[in-house]
Amino acid sequence: MKAGIVVFPGTNRERDMAIALKGASGRAPAMLWHRETALPDLDLVVLPGGFSHGDYLRSGAMAAHAPIMRAVRDFAARGGYVLGVCNGFQILTEAQMLPGALLRNAGMRFLSHDCRLRVERADTVFTRGWSQGDQFRAPMAHGDGNYAADPDTLDRLEGEGRVAFRYADGNPNGSARAIAGVFSDDLRICGLMPHPEDLVDPLMGGIDGKPLFDGLVEAFVQ
Amino acid sequence: MKTVDQGLAREFGLTADEYAKLLGIMGRTPSLTELGIFSVMWSEHCSYKSSRVWLKTLPTTAPWVIHGPGENAGVVDIGQGLAAIFKMESHNHPSFIEPYQGAATGVGGILRDVFTMGARPVANLNALRFGSPENPNTRRIVDGVVRGVGGYGNCVGVPTVGGEINFHPSYDGNPLVNAMTVGVARQDRIFLSAAAGIGNPVVYVGSRTGRDGIHGATMASAEFDEDAQAKRPTVQVGDPFVEKLLIEACLELMATDAIVAIQDMGAAGLTSSSVEMAGKGGVGIDLDLDAVPQRETGMTAYEMMLSESQERMLIVIRPDRADMARAIFDKWELDFAVIGHLTDTGHIVVRHQGRVEADIPLAPLADEAPLYRRPTAPSPAPAPLGAMHDPVGIEDALVTLIGCPDIASRAWVWDQYDSTVGGQTVRRPGAADAAVVRIEDTTLGLALTTDCTPRYVAADARLGGAQAVAEAWRNLTAVGARPLAVTDNLNFGNPEKPEVMGQFADAIAGMGEACRALDFPVVSGNVSLYNETRQPDGSTVSILPTPAIGGLGVLEDAGSAIGIGLKDGQELVLLGATAGALGQSLWLREIHGREDGAPPSLDLAAERRTGDFVRERILSGAVSACHDLSDGGLLVGIAEMAMAGEVGIKLDVPASGISPHAYWFGEDQGRYLLCVDDAAGLIERARRAGIEARPLGRTGGDGLTLPSGATISLARLRTAHRAFFPALMDR
Repeated sequence: MKAGIVVFPGTNRERDMAIALKGASGRAPAMLWHRETALPDLDLVVLPGGFSHGDYLRSGAMAAHAPIMRAVRDFAARGGYVLGVCNGFQILTEAQMLPGALLRNAGMRFLSHDCRLRVERADTVFTRGWSQGDQFRAPMAHGDGNYAADPDTLDRLEGEGRVAFRYADGNPNGSARAIAGVFSDDLRICGLMPHPEDLVDPLMGGIDGKPLFDGLVEAFVQ
Repeated sequence: MKTVDQGLAREFGLTADEYAKLLGIMGRTPSLTELGIFSVMWSEHCSYKSSRVWLKTLPTTAPWVIHGPGENAGVVDIGQGLAAIFKMESHNHPSFIEPYQGAATGVGGILRDVFTMGARPVANLNALRFGSPENPNTRRIVDGVVRGVGGYGNCVGVPTVGGEINFHPSYDGNPLVNAMTVGVARQDRIFLSAAAGIGNPVVYVGSRTGRDGIHGATMASAEFDEDAQAKRPTVQVGDPFVEKLLIEACLELMATDAIVAIQDMGAAGLTSSSVEMAGKGGVGIDLDLDAVPQRETGMTAYEMMLSESQERMLIVIRPDRADMARAIFDKWELDFAVIGHLTDTGHIVVRHQGRVEADIPLAPLADEAPLYRRPTAPSPAPAPLGAMHDPVGIEDALVTLIGCPDIASRAWVWDQYDSTVGGQTVRRPGAADAAVVRIEDTTLGLALTTDCTPRYVAADARLGGAQAVAEAWRNLTAVGARPLAVTDNLNFGNPEKPEVMGQFADAIAGMGEACRALDFPVVSGNVSLYNETRQPDGSTVSILPTPAIGGLGVLEDAGSAIGIGLKDGQELVLLGATAGALGQSLWLREIHGREDGAPPSLDLAAERRTGDFVRERILSGAVSACHDLSDGGLLVGIAEMAMAGEVGIKLDVPASGISPHAYWFGEDQGRYLLCVDDAAGLIERARRAGIEARPLGRTGGDGLTLPSGATISLARLRTAHRAFFPALMDR
């Protein structure tokens, strides 16, 4: 699997993501600077977590307009796969590559603890490592993870099977319909708030996040 | 323009004697800028004038110490060619005035102390002390400090993995925020601050300079009065995003051979960084303030030299690498300006708009800095506690203690700190006695803790100082780590009061004894004095003396670290002697409402023997969980292990001859609980090593069953344990 990780000023989970991708594929991902305007030959582009541009405007709003985002958009339009985690998910919604928005957590506080996620469908490259209905643990670390969209959009997402993950033990940040992650209409773009990349090593407390990365590798080998 | 005279010098915090000394060095009346430079460099905060004579008595060396006190942070050898670089620093006064920014910039400042030496920061911890939960102000301060610590640490992407929190009315008007950062560097890539190379350019990088934080160091060197809020303009404002860029840009530059010397602009900003870098290098420095990147217009030389704007660094650079360095900072969108050069004059010369605003000889500024051996007065020895009756019974006392402010679950706080970023956090907050972080691309683990029991220090400073060190050493041992070194953050009251100075001197004496006995040298630290609040009636309230100890240990294999959670179907064994010491215990405070008696005694030889034995057993693989005993004593420790492991225990304890409440809640030191398969084997080994050991019972079930047969369910304990913070903060 040829993966690339986009690094914006303020990105801070790029190393975690690189460890997870390399652990699954045996191949170090390319690190892509936000000012670049073209992508190398890739199967997957990942927008990792962090505080791009400090998240001082709105989370992800500045990064969505970075030079590299035009190349990422073109890559997706050509059928490339894009994964956005946490700040990466926020950037994808700000770039309107995924529907909805991530608002301040309902409790108005940063949340950093493990949550349980339920896999809503397992027939995508991002979720093929699980079975539908599986639950897994993932660390959360965000202040703006409260997924919001208008009711029509939410109904459409549900109807089209575009909810990727839901919070399975309560709804820690107040997300609409407990949505933790969504797909684009062609299922080639996926965004989620929690961090599967931080749970891929038994030493760090478990390997619950590994099926995401193993599944991606399997998909791109075939 | 203000007239510079002794009156203004007094306003700037200089005594008449200090001002006379200044005049002697200068041979003339100083300019306002010069007076400002002297006043901050000779402030308690920068000069350690009251504490230096005592700090010198601490042990600071060991074969594994690479750099002890005197650099920006301490550096120790952790093997495989790597070094751990770490320090703890206070931001107490700003955190009372403006809790969010005070705490946030505390985190930012200590991060810079560590990455300025070439280390990538890998973990943050913080030792926090707040006022009484009943004080209406406490909630606001806890909220702001926790948001500030999280707001900064989460954004820069350094995991916050541990720390401690106490509540006590003595901190009502003076909370303590002690932030610790740990970083890792290659031993052949450690950067120091001594400037060298006459003519070499002096480069300013990072945020622009504004009028924030002017005279912050002076503010930190005086007690608070009722007008504390009027000091808000002296509090700095942090920008963690710029800090993150600065970390990445500096580490990128540090991978080259461009840097001669580097130092962050912390307290007293441009003044202290330029004076210290040139002073340590024995060179002079010329600064051209017109070249300083400024965020406001019309700033004077005085304002620029004393500004404590955050996220700034000063670098002496090889001239032939300046263009390459500038390109790195351009990439990270940070200001980069050559603002001066090194000279052979031995003076700092500051020019602004064509005028020389300051011209000070550096050697006397450092060498003749005030140094005080202030009078000390002994504190009265605490009266021994007589026999105490048990008014509530063991069950109720346990439930009360497990939910009391100093023991209750800190999850409400930790849940606001990103503890997993970096993907190397092996033991998260609360899961073990020390946090454990793996060093990326190695098997090495760092174990980290902060510790102090201020009520012990208040009762007996010498014992309390030693206990804080021993407790840190114990917490590192309890995860299986080899304790290496200490950073200390000494928070005390007004040093001009003999009884406070006596506490300070005694606490350091105790710390030194423990550090020597445990081979656990002090490699960095910070002193915060004048932690007092003047009341409207003119009296002052001093904090409990709080020498916070940050401990660092290493594990060859991070995977060998263990936590505190009990495992099902095993035996629990107590190591160390139990006498039932209730003086200064939390049981005494929470059940009887009394804070008196002598704190539990400390036997450093037994401490060493027991700890070394525990560590050896953990590394042999024979121990599945370990917890040292501290606040609340034996039964609280057992309950914490049971809750963490979600496994109960049936306690079956041989008669001890000690009354039950003293047995279960006494805070005797040097003790550990070990969860093992083979209790008899462990006890036999312990006896051979000269260590007292007792079986406590078999794990299993979902409650704590006391020898009386009464069972306290884990659910009840958990409810009590988790209630305090949400009840205080979310109402």
